Amino acid sequence: MSELEFNAADGGPGRGDNAIEAKEVEGLSQGQIVLRRFLRHRGAMGGLIVLAITAVFACSAMGIGPIPGWWQYQDPNATHPMLNNGAPTVTLPQWLGGPGFSLGDHPFGQDNIGVDNFACVMKGVQTSLLVMVILGLTALIVGVTIGALAGYYRGWIDNLLMRLTDLMIVLPTLVVGAVLGKLISVATDKFGLPIEAGTFIKLNLPILLAIALGLILWPTMARLVRGEFLSLREREFVDSARVAGATDWRIITKHMLPNSMGVIIVNITLLMSQAVVLETALSFLGFGVQPPNVSLGLLISTNQGAFATRPWLFWWPGLFIIIIALSVNFIGDGLRDAFDPRTKRIPSAREMAKSLGQAQEAAS
Amino acid sequence: MSQSVKSTLDGAVRLSRRIGDGDIAKGDVILQVEDLGVNFWVNGEWFAAAEHVSYELRAGEVLAIVGESGSGKTQSSMSLIGLLPPNGRATGSAKLKGLELLGLDGRRLREVRGNEIAVIFQEPMTALNPVYTVGFQIAETLRTHYVMAPAEAKARSLELMRLVEIPDPEGSYDKFPHQLSGGQRQRIMIAQSLACDPKLLIADEPTTALDVTVQAEILKLMRELRERVDAAIILITHDMGVVADMADRIVVMKDGRVVEHGTADAIFHHPSHPYTQSLLAAVPHLGKAADEDAPAVATTLVAEGERGCVPLADGDPSITPALLLEDVAIEYPAQGRRKAFRAAHHINLRVDPGQVVGLVGESGSGKTTIGRAAVALLPVADGRLSVAGRDITRATNKQLLPFRRDVGIVFQDPGSSLNPRLPVGESIGEPLYLHEHLRGKELSDRVEELLDSVELPRSMRNRYPHELSGGQRQRIGIARSLALKPKLLIADEPTSALDVSVQARVLKLFADLQERHGFACLFISHDLAVVEMLSSRIAVMREGRLVEVGPTAEIVNNPRHEYTQRLLAAVPVPDPDEQRQRRELRDRILAEHGVS
Repeated sequence: MSELEFNAADGGPGRGDNAIEAKEVEGLSQGQIVLRRFLRHRGAMGGLIVLAITAVFACSAMGIGPIPGWWQYQDPNATHPMLNNGAPTVTLPQWLGGPGFSLGDHPFGQDNIGVDNFACVMKGVQTSLLVMVILGLTALIVGVTIGALAGYYRGWIDNLLMRLTDLMIVLPTLVVGAVLGKLISVATDKFGLPIEAGTFIKLNLPILLAIALGLILWPTMARLVRGEFLSLREREFVDSARVAGATDWRIITKHMLPNSMGVIIVNITLLMSQAVVLETALSFLGFGVQPPNVSLGLLISTNQGAFATRPWLFWWPGLFIIIIALSVNFIGDGLRDAFDPRTKRIPSAREMAKSLGQAQEAAS
Repeated sequence: MSQSVKSTLDGAVRLSRRIGDGDIAKGDVILQVEDLGVNFWVNGEWFAAAEHVSYELRAGEVLAIVGESGSGKTQSSMSLIGLLPPNGRATGSAKLKGLELLGLDGRRLREVRGNEIAVIFQEPMTALNPVYTVGFQIAETLRTHYVMAPAEAKARSLELMRLVEIPDPEGSYDKFPHQLSGGQRQRIMIAQSLACDPKLLIADEPTTALDVTVQAEILKLMRELRERVDAAIILITHDMGVVADMADRIVVMKDGRVVEHGTADAIFHHPSHPYTQSLLAAVPHLGKAADEDAPAVATTLVAEGERGCVPLADGDPSITPALLLEDVAIEYPAQGRRKAFRAAHHINLRVDPGQVVGLVGESGSGKTTIGRAAVALLPVADGRLSVAGRDITRATNKQLLPFRRDVGIVFQDPGSSLNPRLPVGESIGEPLYLHEHLRGKELSDRVEELLDSVELPRSMRNRYPHELSGGQRQRIGIARSLALKPKLLIADEPTSALDVSVQARVLKLFADLQERHGFACLFISHDLAVVEMLSSRIAVMREGRLVEVGPTAEIVNNPRHEYTQRLLAAVPVPDPDEQRQRRELRDRILAEHGVS
């Protein structure tokens, strides 16, 4: 109790060194402090809400797997009679100067053979999100494992793993992604795989593509984790865990990984927003997702001839690409700030003046 | 002397206006602080870091502001030059030669900073920019406030570097901060602060980050400087020993309030406030060890010559020593292109069960290396190292597991030795969890017992390290190291990162625990006075070699090696008269042996 007590009059000890700083974080764990800072970050909260709404909207509209969604046309490849020459039927609400909000039959319009663009875009958003998450997870697992082992053991393990990482870094992502994407889609013919395997690959192409991309995007993660581990292993709490008799596994998982969570989470969110754009680019070039699967990049690619006549076929997929990539980026930015121990909450002049007024009122 | 300091500045054209009219003479009132308060905004509320601080400062005078961390001594001084963080606010009044300092901003504030008021910061390594040479950084200050050609600024910088006694100023001018020693870096900081001949110098714990010997040198320099320059000095510190023969007047602060204010003489000889008394009592006093039981025949072992080593002391052969080092050499293993570095040579040392042996030396002398090798964190390159009869010289990780039960270590930096993501209760319980496989209720009972033993409330087990003060964290560190009731405890400078008053309480706790549990202990410190309080034997180390080993009373009262004598003379004492004598003694030793 000695240093906690506040005895102003006698010769007892003072209030201790970080009394005022500690006021802000009283009774909170490290994780709770980070969460609190994150929740205070307006951009990140906005990004999180927008992303959540987009995901829920897309998944509920087109359903997931066998579960059907609420949208009337569940097959994104089915053609429908042309309505209004394919123009979007969605109307603006009255407060924006429109005739009142309604979705109509084909809210995002139709292409030249009558396919419903809304169903396509929603399915594409699902694909993009799926690719993003799986790619992120793959890069996370591979990158963290390799980075942690290299940083913790150093020596020849470090050398070996880091040279491997260098090798991966010099490969141009787009080209390797293109080759891998192509390889997966033509695997049946080239390697004489059975038909069932071929259809399996065709149906799960986005997932396989995401895993393949994850397997070439992990090096940045591995390098960051290694750097973090190199500095963490010099910290005395790691030594004291070793003296206490902790095994390497325990030191890595219990003491070092939680302390590098900040770097890992921040990097993975940035990687995920990069993934959305990369998948789009690959699909646009024709090396990524192939029909009958739908992705946002593929939509843009297949409709590129109609740019002058039916511009909405670009607007909607483009809009969703921007929404997803931007909101993930904002979340990553907020996480970065939240994990940075140096970011302190700086009150605005108004807030300071307000509490000053209250203090003076209380005093008088 | 003060003429020569100003020589190159006299002809120079000022960029910054001076405050007040003309030169100042010794005895003029320079700074008037009245009812100064500093508040911090935290979550919509204002907390007072300092309130009702008033003092007056005259030219050529040294005012010491003494208090523990968190007493507001630093913040109240930093508010004078607008260095409060954005959520801080200063109230009251502080006038420098009639100019109100509080609320100053923009150009006017920049004209005051560095020019009229200069600051010497605590940690010279972080206060100097690592990507610029030290000479450039001194010249930069000059050229900010004067119209000066680079060559002129360099000439003046070299003059300043000579003033602060930097060896080979021309050579050091182009060195980077990391190429200088800690003491030299602090000298550069002082040279930089004196660059523009300021009226007021704020020294914020200028020696806390330094070894005792270097601290003595820096204090000596500052004492000489106050004779040469006309500036008034505010010396901020937590150590009454540091201010003993420097300060003219002393302000004692506690929890943001001034509890006592008076002349140095009055404060040291007749402290009226109990807090001041406790601060004075907290400074470890050298020479407390009774000297009457010193044997007539000297039993200390002294190394001969530059490369000599101390032989192993004779011990009772029937006792298995808790720690035994026989001709041990310790190397930091090669890392990539960096070659292996041998940090300790031919170490012979023995610690018997229940005995506390102090290991003393300057930073870089290799004392921490020995401590880390004793808990098998560093490999032994040569010789034999055994703990409680168990040879661990070439043991593998698996073989070390039972050995880990027998040793504990308390680290120097309590901030870094606890995992920031674990509640401290879990940190304390980790050795029990790993070795005795305790879980749930049993484990938490033992953790509570340990918290009781280091005099912390049981509720603290759910707190996180960042919520605790330095002293509390170090108590947690001690509790963890004692969890398995080790036979040997390595205490690696456990109190050097703490305030003097907190250090006193932690040391007392440590002594009590040692008595109760009876573990053997290797107590590492750079401060002989601290070691003397606890240990029965002392080993003195220099540049990777032991130079003197012997019983505490003998080492303290009758040091035979010149290096030990220097270490002893450097320890500050909270008594101006005694301190003056000690300083003269120290100068004599240095003069005799011709070392700087």
